[in-house]
Amino acid sequence: MRSDLYRTMRTIRRFEEQVVELVNANEIAGVTHEYIGQEAVATGVCAALRPDDVITSTHRGHGHVIAKGAEVRRMLAELLGRTTGLNRARGGSMHIADVSLGIYGANGIVAAGAPIAAGAAWAGREAGSDRVAVVFFGDGAVNQGVLHETMNMAGIWKLPLLFVCENNGYAVSFAASEATSGSIVGRAAAYDMPAVHVDGMDVEAVQAAAETAVAHARAGDGPSFIECETYRFVGHHTAERTMKLGYRTDEEIERWRERDPLRVLAERMTPDEVAALDGEVERLLAEALAFARESPRPAVADAREYVYASGPLPREGVSA
Amino acid sequence: MARMRYQAALARALRDEMTADPSVFILGEDVRASLRGVSRGLVADFGRQRVIDTPISEQAFTGFAMGAALAGHRPVVEFQIPSLLFTAFEPIVNQAQKFRLMTGGQAKVPVTYIVPGSGARRGLAAQHSDHPYALFAQAGVKTVVPATALDAYGLFLSAIRDDDPVVLFAPAAVLGTREEAPEQPEAVPLGDGRVHRAGDDVTVVAIGHLVHDALAVAQELAEDGISVEVWDPRSILPFDWEGLRASVEKTGRLVVFDDTNRTCGLAGEVLATAAEEFPLAAPPRRVTRADAPIPFAVELEEALLPSRAQLAAAVRGVLDREVVR
Ligand SMILES: Cc1ncc(C[n+]2csc(CCOP(=O)(O)OP(=O)(O)O)c2C)c(N)n1
Ligand SMILES: [Mg+2]
Repeated sequence: MRSDLYRTMRTIRRFEEQVVELVNANEIAGVTHEYIGQEAVATGVCAALRPDDVITSTHRGHGHVIAKGAEVRRMLAELLGRTTGLNRARGGSMHIADVSLGIYGANGIVAAGAPIAAGAAWAGREAGSDRVAVVFFGDGAVNQGVLHETMNMAGIWKLPLLFVCENNGYAVSFAASEATSGSIVGRAAAYDMPAVHVDGMDVEAVQAAAETAVAHARAGDGPSFIECETYRFVGHHTAERTMKLGYRTDEEIERWRERDPLRVLAERMTPDEVAALDGEVERLLAEALAFARESPRPAVADAREYVYASGPLPREGVSA
Repeated sequence: MARMRYQAALARALRDEMTADPSVFILGEDVRASLRGVSRGLVADFGRQRVIDTPISEQAFTGFAMGAALAGHRPVVEFQIPSLLFTAFEPIVNQAQKFRLMTGGQAKVPVTYIVPGSGARRGLAAQHSDHPYALFAQAGVKTVVPATALDAYGLFLSAIRDDDPVVLFAPAAVLGTREEAPEQPEAVPLGDGRVHRAGDDVTVVAIGHLVHDALAVAQELAEDGISVEVWDPRSILPFDWEGLRASVEKTGRLVVFDDTNRTCGLAGEVLATAAEEFPLAAPPRRVTRADAPIPFAVELEEALLPSRAQLAAAVRGVLDREVVR
């Protein structure tokens, strides 16, 4: 349904804009990597998934986590470092997760989610389920060895796994065209899996490709690879704004903004429909922010909690 | 009572756990053929779904185990060579170990990483002679180094049952040793040390294969009237500090015998804690591996590894030096 797709994309967009403000106001510590411009990828892929399917995400993970169904207010609470956060204020932006929804985490390490998703895909099949797993990663990850190791394993074991490459043209400042020899889908094809290239600014095109790949995986026919050509409209992370890295031009950014995935979809809907959804999202986010701000901060006495499932707490840093 | 062989004890622990718990499986290189003996015969009884040969892709199969663990399995990952852990440091230390904390306790990650044949093995040279247990303990990963067959059985069982990642280092030098064992050996809890020989004058903390060397030295020194207590932590993390405290409170003297590099090795940590917290009658000492990769020639290899003679000298040394407090 277009309204569902639009609602999700709009939620991601406004969530990220909200997050930028909160980072700049020092309400969120550290840096976050915004998904602004790439919303169609997470939204289109997750629209093809079931609740019991598993995803692993990246440093730029908020979009995947929202699209897979996490509670937005608990995400904001996490980013604000509150105990009501999804990860009880232990994870923050780069590790945000909801394992109960099959979200095995954003990840601070490029390509690290690939083998984790492969293990989850294998486990689903072992359990007699037709559930699938999806690994999201950027163009930068296609030059990581572990991604290739995982593609090979997924191929030989015919794992129900989707490799979703979000090619936004850059890994921080380094252009994908400079970093990558040969084509991205050509590499995937070498591991003997269907590999397609889609317009990552068109959520319905992404969804269609994902549905094909998911059906292939559920049928027991193994992994697929989808390269989504997309673009991030803002810096690599919230701190880039002050860095003047100069690796791309304003004209290039403007050219891509014309293909804003929200606009591409909105043009297929009525203005009233869009306006109603926009209002709905504003209310959701306002409520989420209020919830996060009112939530308690963690007790410092609990700083060594949650490291181990059993056994003694980690030792303290001062002598007894 | 029959005498159980260390390597067979590992194999039996895995077989017993795979029989008891269908979520347990092993993966790694050449585990069907069982190059290291840990999974010998298992493929015939449990099939290829639970005895999985992997391509030579340590990062991927180690991360794969974590994903399977999050989805409800209890994987055992075998590493053919100790230094392969370096290639898998990322998925163990940065992913599996941190996942529970990073998610605020949302999930458990019950993966066991086993290195059957850790440490130097005469002539295998620099890249096949590491014994990196301190590295993993330093990174917060539960780490065990069983010294005997019974402990190998019991600690492997506990590692598999544990809900956190655990690395088990089986020293190459003890794989062929035997120990009296009951019909059905038991699990050994993590974080529980073992007194191998009681004594009154000096506590020797020995780890892994060095336990056997320490026992030989204790025997030799007993002839000179020196009473050595040989204490084995068995788990490096969690470490049985209370067990060690009890021993040192009795003896007042401490020597650590540890086959990791000297700098930032386990022995340094034990000495530091003892100096801060335990009643010592003399400055403690340590006998460790030298801070260098293991050279090929056998006499050079031996020159860098902790030896019985060095231990005997260190024990005599702490007995000589009385500190007035
Ligand atoms: C293995 C690894 N190397 C380097 C980094 C630092 N780093 C973080 S994001 C990033 C760029 C990733 O680019 P890409 O995969 O294209 O994702 P994008 O940021 O474009 O979404 C780098 C180099 C890291 N986190 N992990
Ligand atoms: Mg990129």
